[in-house]
Formats: sequence, structure tokens, C-alpha cells
Amino acid sequence: MKKEFYNIAKLVTQNSKVLDVGCGNGELMKYITENISTDIRGIELSKSNVQKCVEKGLTVIEGNAEKDLKQFPDSSFDFVILSQTLQAFLDPENVLNELLRIGKKAIVSIPNFGHWKVRLHLLLKGTMPVTENLPNEWYNTPNLHMCTIKDFENYCKNRNIKINLKNLKYHNFFSELGIFVLEK
Amino acid sequence: MSKFKDTKKIIVKKPLKLDCGKTINNFPLAYETYGKLNGDRSNAILIFHALTGDQFASGINPITKKDGWWNYALGPGKAIDTDKYFVIAANVIGGCMGSFGPSDINPETKKPYGTNFPVITINDMVNAQYNLLEYFKIEKLFSVIGGSMGGMQVLQFVSNFPNKALTAIPIACTASHSAQNIALNELGRQSIMADRNWRDGFYEEQNKQPDKGLAVARMAAHITYLSKGGLQEKFGRKLQERDDLKFSFDADFQIESYLRYQGSVFVDRFDANSYLYITRAMDYFDLTKKFGGNLSKAFEKSNTKFFIISFTSDWLYPTSENRDIVIALNAIGKNVGFVEISSDKGHDSFLLDVPDFLNTVRYFLNTSYKQIK
Repeated sequence: MKKEFYNIAKLVTQNSKVLDVGCGNGELMKYITENISTDIRGIELSKSNVQKCVEKGLTVIEGNAEKDLKQFPDSSFDFVILSQTLQAFLDPENVLNELLRIGKKAIVSIPNFGHWKVRLHLLLKGTMPVTENLPNEWYNTPNLHMCTIKDFENYCKNRNIKINLKNLKYHNFFSELGIFVLEK
Repeated sequence: MSKFKDTKKIIVKKPLKLDCGKTINNFPLAYETYGKLNGDRSNAILIFHALTGDQFASGINPITKKDGWWNYALGPGKAIDTDKYFVIAANVIGGCMGSFGPSDINPETKKPYGTNFPVITINDMVNAQYNLLEYFKIEKLFSVIGGSMGGMQVLQFVSNFPNKALTAIPIACTASHSAQNIALNELGRQSIMADRNWRDGFYEEQNKQPDKGLAVARMAAHITYLSKGGLQEKFGRKLQERDDLKFSFDADFQIESYLRYQGSVFVDRFDANSYLYITRAMDYFDLTKKFGGNLSKAFEKSNTKFFIISFTSDWLYPTSENRDIVIALNAIGKNVGFVEISSDKGHDSFLLDVPDFLNTVRYFLNTSYKQIK
């Protein structure tokens, strides 16, 4: 399992009620189910990923996070997880607002466009950065709204979103990934 | 009736007040079982059939001598594994497979009820079937499962008996019968009623059945169970045992011949009045009605874990209507999963060999069962 998932799972309280938005093939959900809380479900858009979740015996709702989060009532989950997909939504601001509405806490991870490798790549090569966390070319990347850790921190500050805990033992320059626990 | 001599049934002694206002009692309810009930009675599943189904869900139907309608899903080692679960397949009242229905003899007139049979609803069906739990002394079902009208019964069951099922799998159904579906059912009913042998529903006295009307009703309905793509792929414009068009009204096309066949075999196994009564029950189904249009309220008292399944090519009970149930459950924080299965087999997908569908049922049941063991 990806190291990121261990780090996210560590932030989830035992036996809490969890929603994994864009849960992919269910790897993180499975780990949380087996180790932290069985009261977890996911939303996933891709039919093949939904089937992979089903095969793992996970509760998955086939759907589109951009449209389908509105059906959940306020504060209906202790944790809502969004792993590395915020930048791929058409309207990430709306998704973020919805996460903070339906979750008492939201755990959000973003690939950091401010990492030194990314900066160096653009500076020296003059082409769009391709790294381990940003593996796609400009023409086939699903990422519509790239940001840096600093951008995201600034955004939260401006919108009065509380960053409860963050993994930033490093900082904007050295972390490839930012993992944030957010509260409204 | 002698053809039902191998049919298991309970006689429901308790009076059942129907939605139409009438009360029935001492009536038969047919069922079949598969698998064994375990020691702590925790492995029981109640399955509900669709419009023209019956209690013979698996194996060979002793009356029609054909495969049970859910052979793909139900049996030893199958998605609903009868090596593991005890499955009760309930028939519906209003039907013609041994449960109380319009072809039964009215003790007052000594003749079949015909259209003097009371109009029944999905609610009435489920309330009658609930007696099976008492009969088998099952405190809590492990699951309730059904597709199409069977799915409506699942929803109604959970709403009526919120703590009697641990899990529920409504498949390809709706919480409120749509105008289009009422229209299609009305087409079938009018076709039966237009048959001169129908005689206002008292045809059994004449010994002539409205077979033509019932066959046309079935043909029309059968189209709605398939998809345009599926039909095109299977039949296209292929001709039936001929090299060219005959310039007549014979069944030139394979699809015509196929539909005629479907109609003709259907009348051998199904009663025209039952068709009227059961389609009426479907049309009257609107789970939101009692709750001021708010479907969530129908499930408020329930802790049942739901898994809802729809199919991409099902235009009769489309994904949007299945998703409305998901939305209603999520709105009150209930536990629900949802999958739309890719299939070009239309509404009938739930009866057919659609591996993703069967796996979904299997994995959901397996995981849920592990959690209680």
C-alpha cells in the first residue's frame, strides 16, 4: 500500500464514521476497515474500480463526488477523506465546501506543485513537470487545478478553514505531497 | 387444485386487512425453500419474485418443468449460496402458483373469484409474506433480496418491518411506479380485457381463457425487459426460416417469431386475471405516499444495510430511479452501497448470467455474513 495511505489512516480515529471520496480500488478503505473502523464507505466514479471495491467486500456507492455529495446531511461523517483528487475536479472549491459540510473533519491530500523537483524541472527543462506524483503529460493529465502547499494554506486561511494538523514536518519546498486535516 | 399438489404453502389464519379495505383470512401462501436453516436461525434470506415469477426460484420448476427463474443467482455455490444460506422464496397473493389468487374458488359463490378478487398492493403482499417468518420462527432475516417487483417488495418489507432484516438488496426497481410503467402495464391489461374470452374476468366458468390478450400483453411487456442494443445485436433484421420477405403478415422477422413464441408459452403458465391484479399492485406502488413524498421517512426506523443495484441498459427501472433510493437513504445517514452494472441485456439483466452483477451480490452477502459471525 502507498505510504500516503498509512499516513492518512493514522489520522482517522478508531471506530469513527468515515467516507472515502474517490475511493479508487478501495485499498485505503480496506486498510481502514481492517485496522481502524468498519463504519466506512466510499464513492467512486469508475465502474472497474467500483467492482474492485465490491470484490474486497467494501461498501461503495457508484457516483460522482462533484454531484453526489449534496445528498449527505451536514456533519454525517466523523471523517471525509479526499486523497489526491481535489485538483482534478471541475469545481474543487465546491467539493471542498461539501467535504467540510458533511464531515466533521476532512482529510485532504494534494500533490505539491511547489516541490523543488517540480520547480527545477520547469526552470531547467522548460517543460511541464512530470514526477512520481505527477506522472502525466500536460495533454493527458486529469489535473485541472494544480496548486502548491503554500497556495492551499493561503486558501484555507482566506476561507477561515482551520488546518487542524498537517504532515508538514517539511515544507512547501521539500514535500511531494501535502496531507491536511481540515475543519470549518 | 391438483397441479399445486407439490407446492408448499402455509395457511395464514390471522386476518389481514388489505389496503383496499377488505379483510382476508385463512388464505394460502405458497413458498419454496432452499438450503438449511442453521442452529441459531441466523442464515435466512427471504427472496421476492417479479411480476410473472413464482416460488420456484432455483432448480426445476415442478409445474412448468423449466429452470427456476433465478437459477443463475441462487443455488449451491452460487451468488446466493444455498450451501450457506437458508433461502425462502415467497409467492405473492394475487398470483396463480398456489397462493390466494383470483382463480381460487370463492366459498360464497362456489365459483372462481375472477374480478371479485380484492385489489391487492405490494404492501398487502409483503404483509402476507411476513407470516413466513413466524412460521419458520425466524427472529431476524439475514437478508431480503428481489429484483423488479421483487425489489419493490424488498423496500416495502424494510419499511414495514424495520428491524427484521439485517441486509437488503433491491435490484432494478423503484420506490414509486412511474407514469411510463403504469402506461405499459395498462397496455397489457387492456389487451387482456379486449380479448372476447376475458368476459369481465369470469372466463374460468366458460373454460376458455383470454389467451390471445394475455399473449399480446406478454409480448409488449417482454420488449420492455430487453434493450434496443440487445435486440439489435440478437435479431437485427434477420428473417425467420426464409430467404426473403413474404409480403404478408406472417412472422417474417426473427424478432416477431421470438415474441410470438414468448407470448404462447406464457399463457400456458400464467393466469390472465393474476396478470391484471399483479400489474395493478405495481402501479399502486408508491412508498413515498404515506410519508408526504419523503422517501427517507420510509426508512427512518430501519438499521438495515442496503446494497442497491441497477443496470445501464434498463430503461424500465432506470438507474436514476434506483439512485433516488440511494439518495433517500444517504440523506438520513443509513448504510447503503450502490452499483450500476454494465449490461446490454436490459431490465432482464438481473435474471441472466451477468457476472459483475452476480459477483456484486455474492461479495456483499459474504462480507455481511462474515461480520455477523
